[in-house]
Amino acid sequence: MLRILTAAAIGLVFGAGIAISGMANPAKVLNFFDIFGTWDPSLLLVMATALAVTFAGYRVVLRRPAPVLDLKFHLPGTREIDVPLVAGSALFGIGWGIAGFCPGGAIPALGLGEVAPVLFVAAMAGGMYLATILRGLLGRRQALA
Amino acid sequence: MLTTFTPIEAIAGGALIGFAAVAMMALHGRIAGMTGILGGAILPGNSDRVWRLAFLAGAIVAPALILSTGTPVPFAADIPAWAIILSGLLVGVGVMFGGGCTSGHGVCGIARLSPRSIVATATFMATTATTLFVIRHLLGGF
Repeated sequence: MLRILTAAAIGLVFGAGIAISGMANPAKVLNFFDIFGTWDPSLLLVMATALAVTFAGYRVVLRRPAPVLDLKFHLPGTREIDVPLVAGSALFGIGWGIAGFCPGGAIPALGLGEVAPVLFVAAMAGGMYLATILRGLLGRRQALA
Repeated sequence: MLTTFTPIEAIAGGALIGFAAVAMMALHGRIAGMTGILGGAILPGNSDRVWRLAFLAGAIVAPALILSTGTPVPFAADIPAWAIILSGLLVGVGVMFGGGCTSGHGVCGIARLSPRSIVATATFMATTATTLFVIRHLLGGF
């Protein structure tokens, strides 16, 4: 129960941060990337501040043997820079550049009562599902080869 | 559409995002990445969905709560529906193969100095800027 309540509380803080910073606003996100047009540098400060806080906090937290509500830290173990990482990230950026929604911005944007975030999140969920099927097919082919 | 530079809101919001990331690691030992949390909540073959759904619910409720206090949350998406859907599909496929998005790679991963996250973030920031440049300045926008 405590895990569920704290997860909801952390989600609230995350969503509030996204809403206040402007990351839930596609127009503002796109203008950050429009250096040769209507540039709005706000998101540079969002990323830099979030990164600085996380960097400092992780230094303290990850020195502990385990998190408070779990037996161990669940950290990604892969270190290899491979084709799926680069190709997938490139594809994500192309999508982000079209509409200005990233996953962390779009989920809180659902709470604004607008249509566009609903359309985006539905399509994104479809894309994520498609990717798991594709990954399964590719994995099987690699396993056969 | 023009937006103005909002440094105070950017720093305050960024600090909250960072605080959420640190709290997620301190309490749950997890990366506060939206791709991982959303995927684990909605895709088949995952267990431990409840805390993920709780996080998602909190993230969705937060902007609604801010609006309910009478504080505006600016929002503008002057993009045709077909482009939003295409964008969603590309983002969905991309973040699954790339293993994360702006929150997971860009904030949490770089804070861990993960080489994968640094490469992923540099890649998607570059293709986002390039795509936007092509759409706005070469094709003349939507």
